[in-house]
Amino acid sequence: MPGPAPDERMRPDGRRNTQGIRIDPEAEVTHEPREAVLSALVKHEPGVLSEVSSLFSRRQFNIESLTVGPTHDDGVARMTIVIEEPQPGIEQAKKQLRKLVPTISVTELDQQNTRRELALIKVSGEKPDDVNAVADMYGGQAVDVTAESVTVELTGSKQKIDAAVGAFEQFDVQEVVRTGTAALERGADTLENDD
Amino acid sequence: MSERASVQADEADADEDEEEQAPVTTGAQSVVRALENAGAEYVFGVQGGAIMPVYDALYDSEIDHVTMAHEQGASHAADAFGIVSGEPGVCFATSGPGATNLVTGLADANMDSDPVIALTGQVPTDFVGNDAFQETDTVGITQPVTKHSYFADDADTVGTEVGEAWALANEGRQGPTLVDLPKDITKGETEIEPAPPKKPDTYDVPEEADDEDVQEAADALAAAQRPVVLAGGGVIKADAADALRDFAFEYEIPVITTMPGIGSFPEDHELSLEWAGMHGTGYANMAITNTDCMLAIGTRFDDRLTGGIDSFAPDADIVHVDIDPAEISKNVHADYPLIGDARATLRQLYDAMPSAPDADEWREQCQEWKAEYPMDYETPDDEPLKPQYVVERFSDLTPDDTIVCTGVGQHQMWASQFWEFTEPRTWVSSHGLGTMGYGAPAAIGAKLAAPDQEVVCFDGDGSFLMTVQELSVAVRENLDITYVVLNNEAVGMVRQWQDAFHEGRRMASEYPWIPEFDKLAEAFGARGFRLEEYDDVEETIQAAREYDGPSVVDAIIDPAENVYPMVPSGGDNGLFALNERHLEQL
Repeated sequence: MPGPAPDERMRPDGRRNTQGIRIDPEAEVTHEPREAVLSALVKHEPGVLSEVSSLFSRRQFNIESLTVGPTHDDGVARMTIVIEEPQPGIEQAKKQLRKLVPTISVTELDQQNTRRELALIKVSGEKPDDVNAVADMYGGQAVDVTAESVTVELTGSKQKIDAAVGAFEQFDVQEVVRTGTAALERGADTLENDD
Repeated sequence: MSERASVQADEADADEDEEEQAPVTTGAQSVVRALENAGAEYVFGVQGGAIMPVYDALYDSEIDHVTMAHEQGASHAADAFGIVSGEPGVCFATSGPGATNLVTGLADANMDSDPVIALTGQVPTDFVGNDAFQETDTVGITQPVTKHSYFADDADTVGTEVGEAWALANEGRQGPTLVDLPKDITKGETEIEPAPPKKPDTYDVPEEADDEDVQEAADALAAAQRPVVLAGGGVIKADAADALRDFAFEYEIPVITTMPGIGSFPEDHELSLEWAGMHGTGYANMAITNTDCMLAIGTRFDDRLTGGIDSFAPDADIVHVDIDPAEISKNVHADYPLIGDARATLRQLYDAMPSAPDADEWREQCQEWKAEYPMDYETPDDEPLKPQYVVERFSDLTPDDTIVCTGVGQHQMWASQFWEFTEPRTWVSSHGLGTMGYGAPAAIGAKLAAPDQEVVCFDGDGSFLMTVQELSVAVRENLDITYVVLNNEAVGMVRQWQDAFHEGRRMASEYPWIPEFDKLAEAFGARGFRLEEYDDVEETIQAAREYDGPSVVDAIIDPAENVYPMVPSGGDNGLFALNERHLEQL
């Protein structure tokens, strides 16, 4: 093979970034990760949760929260998946999720969506009045009280729950369970309409 | 076609008009009826406890069963059948180890988008989850490597599910599907005939791309000065090779293929730059690097094609045609995404092109690169046989529609580099998964899919040894296949990399203990040849071709021969090495 050696060959000056996007030298753009809330309607049948979670893990999408539950339609379940990815990764996650056979529709909710998380927080029962006062501050309520412990139920944004758990630490937090994020679009839009 | 198969096919034709099909009475019969309705001709499989009721139903069917030596062979044979015929290949296995042995073939089909449907036996539903004898979570294991895996839980619907799995394997972006069949379901009574194959409601298949998007892409292509077409395996899957030829000939745009796209465009045509990537031609890689507009069709931009993403076609606007929206901008950003069937979209683009691109200089440049970097090798008479020479001579001696199968390794690269491909569905290889051992069973599937075409399988000594037991199947079915083992007593690609990147520390890559494959062939009942001299190449190839049945040529090649050109993993396609000295410079 008589051709020129590597450093003597014709080649252009351009390059691409790690996301495969051609770089404009004058305005180099990189996509920073952002949080996206994906809402998916899926068939309500065995194995679907494992299929979805296995997709997200093998594609290495950085998953923050995944919740699933039934809807008003017996055959349909709804998943809320919060991921943190650069824009191309978010697009890819949506498209891969759409490819699964049990998936009916997928939408990314806009930033103004209604998002809630439920937490149950079990703390020491030594100061029940003080616990109640803090629970009130966060719109929560005690749902189980014994001489040794108080369990408080809270709903709200992830940030609110984070703050509440921090506030309850003064009472010796014994156990916390959180559901992860469930979310719906604000206003009259529904997932079927969006898709 | 084997004698047995052809007799059965004749009987099937005779029976078709005379007899109405007997009604189904069991789940297993419904499964077989669904395959008959879909048009299945062959099933590749291995019998076993949990799948036995389905085999029992197959006893009365016109579908021909090919008993393979190992379930992995069944899945590769089905895969190759799917590549060559364009219709799903079918494989059967029993539960537990039978099903797990299929997994490699399903993963292989999944990576290469080959249509395969796998049916696996399962322990009775009452036993599922109890760690019963030969139980395994087949749906769980196969889910990541199939388009979808079904667990059948009702004898009334199992046949319809098999039809759905067939349709899903075949439609849109093709790929493997699986239906897991618990024994009580297949033994269970039912009188319900399966519904005809129909894709799941939730699976959407785009057809034509959006007209406005097509027009924008066509305008960009027409305005390009250095345009190329990059044709992937999707062109062949979509039966779009003729549409590609029409497009490229009319607008005189050079065509590069990916490795799975080999055969989509005639390699002997002036516009062909053959295939690009790690071991692709120098001229294809030069064109990829320097193009300003690439029409990429049915390719997923695998890293073996692109090298490092930062240096892949760095000046090019990318028009990406794919039937799977998830492939758009997955690895390489698409400036003009076109979601649609490759054949339909190529026709749309053909009509939308305002003019041919003004690219005379570019085409001349491409021809110069062909002259500068020809695919070449040295053939001194006194040295051991060069593998490239064996491939090239074989290619010269055979018809254009000869089907070439391979295992995985250096031999696969030499076969793809030095065979001249001109027709689609004549190149059958394991690309994405790179499965050593793919060749021996794949040749069986390919031959049954195209009994009138010549089939040759190039394998390596290491790769052939992984599935050599399938020779027994080729002998039993009397399949006229020529196996050529390019024998360098090593897993040669590993050894090449060890020499290049691990200071020549050849850990576990040399195989001086392998059997004499010509004698092994004779032990199986095939015809064996040993080939060592240049002067014997043509005569041996012709003798092997003329033998009516499977033959194995043990070609003892130069163990020092390596595969070039080479783009080191993650490297820059334009900086391919033509020899070891170049590699050191990179």
